[in-house]
Amino acid sequence: MGEYSEDQKDIVRGIVKPFNRLLLFLGAIVLVVLIYTINPDFFTFLASEDKGEVTELKEVIDQEDLIENGIHVSSGLIVDEGYELVLNTCGSCHSFKLVTQNKGNAEDWREAIHWMQETQKLWDLGPTEDPIVNYLAKNYGPVESSRRANLENIVWYELE
Amino acid sequence: MKKKNKVGVRELYNKGSVKANKELWGEKESDFSRRGFLSSSALLAMGAVLGGKIVFGENLPSDIVPAGLKDTTEAFSILGKSGDLVILNDKPLNAEVPAHLLDDKVTPSDVMFVRNNGLPPENVDASNWKLTIEGESAEITKTYTIEDLKSKFKHYTYNLTLECGGNGRSEFNPPAKGNQWTTGAVGCSAWTGVRLKDVLEDVGVKSNAVYIGYYGADTHLSGDTKKVVISRGVPIKKAMEEEGLIAWSLNGEDIPVMNGYPLRLVIGGWPASVSGKWLNKIVIRDKEHDGPKMKGYSYRVPKYPVAPGTKVPEEDMKIIESMPVKSLITYPKTGAIVNGNKSFEVRGHAWAGDLLVNEMSVSIDFGATWKKCILEKPLNRLAWQHWKTQVTLPEEGYYEIWAKATDSKGKAQPIIVPGWNPKGYLNNASHRIAVKRIDA
Repeated sequence: MGEYSEDQKDIVRGIVKPFNRLLLFLGAIVLVVLIYTINPDFFTFLASEDKGEVTELKEVIDQEDLIENGIHVSSGLIVDEGYELVLNTCGSCHSFKLVTQNKGNAEDWREAIHWMQETQKLWDLGPTEDPIVNYLAKNYGPVESSRRANLENIVWYELE
Repeated sequence: MKKKNKVGVRELYNKGSVKANKELWGEKESDFSRRGFLSSSALLAMGAVLGGKIVFGENLPSDIVPAGLKDTTEAFSILGKSGDLVILNDKPLNAEVPAHLLDDKVTPSDVMFVRNNGLPPENVDASNWKLTIEGESAEITKTYTIEDLKSKFKHYTYNLTLECGGNGRSEFNPPAKGNQWTTGAVGCSAWTGVRLKDVLEDVGVKSNAVYIGYYGADTHLSGDTKKVVISRGVPIKKAMEEEGLIAWSLNGEDIPVMNGYPLRLVIGGWPASVSGKWLNKIVIRDKEHDGPKMKGYSYRVPKYPVAPGTKVPEEDMKIIESMPVKSLITYPKTGAIVNGNKSFEVRGHAWAGDLLVNEMSVSIDFGATWKKCILEKPLNRLAWQHWKTQVTLPEEGYYEIWAKATDSKGKAQPIIVPGWNPKGYLNNASHRIAVKRIDA
C-alpha cells in the first residue's frame, strides 16, 4: 500500500464509497423481502395497532397537507416551486412564521441562511440552497413602501 | 391512548391548554406541568396522533397547543397570557400586545409581551434554583438559592419599562430580518426582587470590572443543550444603578414562565435583552461581555447615520444602550368613531430610556399643529409616564391622532421612521391611531 499516494487513495475511496452505500441499500431490500416471506402480516401489524388511531392519524396527516388558496395551511407557506424544500428545511428549528413575516431579495435571504449556518447550527444546504433562496426571494421579496405607510386594517367601532 | 370524551381537540384547547393536555394526553396536573413541560408519556401519546415523534418535543411547553393539532390557523394560547396577544412566532415563542391592551398604568402580567430567543427551561424547581456569581472581576465565586436572596438582601419593588430593541422593526425599509414587531414589545410592570448592586457587592466587585453578563436556563432551538441561547449584559455602571433588580415577582405574583420564572434580571431603560430570563449565572467581566448576541450585528446599530440598505462593516456597529424617547396611545383603541363634536379623552404612556420625558403632545392634523398633554411624573426612575388630553374633532371625516414625546435632553420622536439600521432596531416613530367623526 505504501506506493500509493494520498491522492490516489482518495480516488479509490471515491469509487468504492458509493458502492458501499448501494450494497447497504440492497441488503435492506433483501431483509424486507425475507421478513415478508416469513410473515406477510408483519407490516400490516406494524401499521394498524389501533384501527381508530389510524383514522385519526390519517385525518391529522391530511390536515398537515391541506392547501387552500395557494397556501399550505399548516405552515402558512405560499405554494410555489421549491416550497417543499423550505417545508422540510426551515421548520426543524423555528416556526414558519419566522419565514412568512420576513421579506428580502435573494441576497438578503442567502445572508440569513449563512448567518444561521454560522451561528445557529444550520447544516450545509448543498444543492437545495439555490432553489430555497429563489423560492424565498420570489414569494417573500421586498415590497415598495413609503417612509411611513398608511394605517391599514382598521376595525371601526363607535366610541362610547 | 384513549380519548375521554367527544370534545374536539380545538374545543378542548379553548378551555385551556393545560387542562386539555391533561385530558387528552393523561398529563398530570402538578406544579411542574402547570408551569413547565409535557411528560414523556404525554409526548408519546401526542406523537401517535400526529403520526410521528415530536422532534424536540421535550422542549414543548405544556402551555402551548402543538401546531400540528390545530384544526384552524387561529393563534394558540400561552399560559398566563391574554388570548389577544399577537403571536409573531411560535418557535421560538414571540408575542406582542395591541396598544389598547396596554392602557393600565401598571402593565398586567397577562399582557406583558413575550420575547424568546430559545426554548424556556423545563421542570423548573424554584426551591432548588441556584444563581452563581463569578468572573474575572468577581472577588469570589458565590452561589445563592432564591431563598438566600430573599433572606439575605433587602427587597425592592420598582416599575420598570422593558422594551425590545426591535420594537417597531416592521416599518423599516429595506426590511430587516427578525420578528416583525409593530408597537407592542413594551410594558411597564411592578417587579420585586433584590438589587443587582447589593448582590454584586456581596460577592465583591474588583476595581477593574467593566461589564456584567448573564446566563439563563433556556435551551437553543437547534436542540444542542450546550449551546448558549443568549448571554448579554450591561456596563458595570448601569449594573450598579439602584433600580437594577434580580427579581422573582411580577405584579406581586410569580413571574410568568414565558417572562423568566423563577428568576430574572430586570434592568429598565435599555433593550429588554439585557434583562436575562431564567437567570442562573452572572459573570463580572474585566472587559465588554462577549456572550452570544453581544457581537456582530445583534442589538447593535451603526456608529454613524447610514442610507437605507447600506452594508455596514461589523466594526462600525455599536452596542445599543439607552432606548430612545417613545410613547403609545392606549386609549381610545384605533378605529374609534366619534359622534359629533363630543370631546373625548386620549391617553397613554411615554418613556425615554435612561432619561425622563419632559413633554407630551398630540396632533389631529397630521402634525401641522400639536397640543400639549397633561404628563405625570414616573412612579420611580425608569418607569413609563402617563399622559392624557381631551380631543375634539372639528368636522366630519377621517383623522389620525399622532403622539409625540420629548425627552429631558430635548429629543423628540420623529414622525417618519427614524434612521435605517441593518437589524431594524430603535424605531421610535410617533404612534398613530385612526379615528372618524360622524355627525348623526
